[in-house]
Amino acid sequence: MRYSGLKVITQGLFGNAGWKPAWRDPAPKAQYDAIIIGGGGHGLATAYYLAKNHGLSNIAVLEKGYLGSGNIGRNTTIVRANYFLQGNSEFYSHSLKLWEGLESDLNYNVMHSQRGLINLFHSDGQRDAFARRGNMMISQGDDAELLDREGVRAHLPYLDFEQTRFPIYGGLLHRRGGTARHDAVAWGYARGADRRGVDLIQNCEVTGIDIENGRVTGVQTTRGAIKAKKVGIVVAGRSGQVAAMAGLRLPIESHILQAFVTEGLKPVIDHVISFGMGHFYISQSDKGGLVFGGDLDFYASYASRGNLPMVEHVMEAGMTLMPMIGRAKVLRSWGGIMDMTPDGSPIIDRTPVEGLYLDAGWNYGGFKAVPASGWCMAHLMATDQSHEVARRFRLDRYLTGHLLDEEGTGSQHNLH
Amino acid sequence: MRITCPLCGPRDRREFYYYGAEAYLHRPAGDDAVAWDAYLHLRNNPAGETRDLWYHEAGCAQWLVVTRNTVSHSVSTVELVAERGAP
Repeated sequence: MRYSGLKVITQGLFGNAGWKPAWRDPAPKAQYDAIIIGGGGHGLATAYYLAKNHGLSNIAVLEKGYLGSGNIGRNTTIVRANYFLQGNSEFYSHSLKLWEGLESDLNYNVMHSQRGLINLFHSDGQRDAFARRGNMMISQGDDAELLDREGVRAHLPYLDFEQTRFPIYGGLLHRRGGTARHDAVAWGYARGADRRGVDLIQNCEVTGIDIENGRVTGVQTTRGAIKAKKVGIVVAGRSGQVAAMAGLRLPIESHILQAFVTEGLKPVIDHVISFGMGHFYISQSDKGGLVFGGDLDFYASYASRGNLPMVEHVMEAGMTLMPMIGRAKVLRSWGGIMDMTPDGSPIIDRTPVEGLYLDAGWNYGGFKAVPASGWCMAHLMATDQSHEVARRFRLDRYLTGHLLDEEGTGSQHNLH
Repeated sequence: MRITCPLCGPRDRREFYYYGAEAYLHRPAGDDAVAWDAYLHLRNNPAGETRDLWYHEAGCAQWLVVTRNTVSHSVSTVELVAERGAP
């Protein structure tokens, strides 16, 4: 069923009785041309682009829970292309262009809102660094504007500009940055993939990866063995465990990142604001909740919940930046499992096992990458070649020294 | 989360700096790039019991090997790196 405004009206007139499920619930077949392990944003996007760009339709996505039950359903929904390093900047630029055409491509409202992202700076040195970053963004073909303090004040009059800890000198405005409805991205890709014949198999946990003579032949699952010559691992924080089934050790350590949502308020924050010095960023959802977060808890964890010191730190940073939010009540918080790499950049590459591919290491920046990650992973799985904009996301770059350390903080998993 | 330092007793997590997996104690002897890559970057990354290195920054300034569970956050044992003997 194609969605449209007319469809909403006609369905509304007839009791909304005609809506159909957005995707099938198929049983796994004995064999597929390609299997994607992981039914999150990246996995569903990979399946969608394998079908759409490369003409494959005998594909299965295997998800151990329900579709979109991981980080794609719990994140702070920011979409941006403000990266500095070559290798990153062309990739996120490609991703943002895909975002801009995503709703018409998927025929699905992902509520992509280019409300503008402002990264604040607090010293002369930081201003220089942001000017340089902005120039890199412009030379990549994206947008950036350097704002002075009054320029920021015109957009964000409610900030505490004179705070003694980090007085605000200005900000880098990325007008095409913004947010999207995270669940809808998973659902839109799921529906799009299903319509092109992809089997989305839920409650199907992969328990083993079958390898013969260095070549993948299929997977073992809780719903039986499934054969496939190509298997993609797209499981975010669980990458280490799934890769271990193929005898691989990855340059990944899983960490917890917390985020928070307040009760619904009237519109008050129109942009995405990033306060890097305080480890704090915030936006307001269309439902009215303030959505904000901070840094990692800084130790390896799979607990899906964080510890209180980081909660306190994030709240302090928020109150430093914008005291006006002090009376908003926090409704809920959560901890997502982040697949942290030593240089803070992702991996989309072949593995030493022939036919086994890896899309992982998204750290805490995976949401905005979903379209390009799926696009490039599909390209890799279909052609055995890295896509041009993802060619530096190599698995062996830690060995060869071709790191992509966007923050310049060093080769340690918890420093990014 | 609290960590029981062998010297200082049970202390708040905020007093400690997390460095990474205990593998960091097993520095390769030679200059083999593959061994160094494994040492610096590759991790078992277990969901369950793990051993990692913490520094009691706001306490006794000792390096500690903490055995804990990454799923429940419970800490089982804490040992002084200084007392582990020759590797």
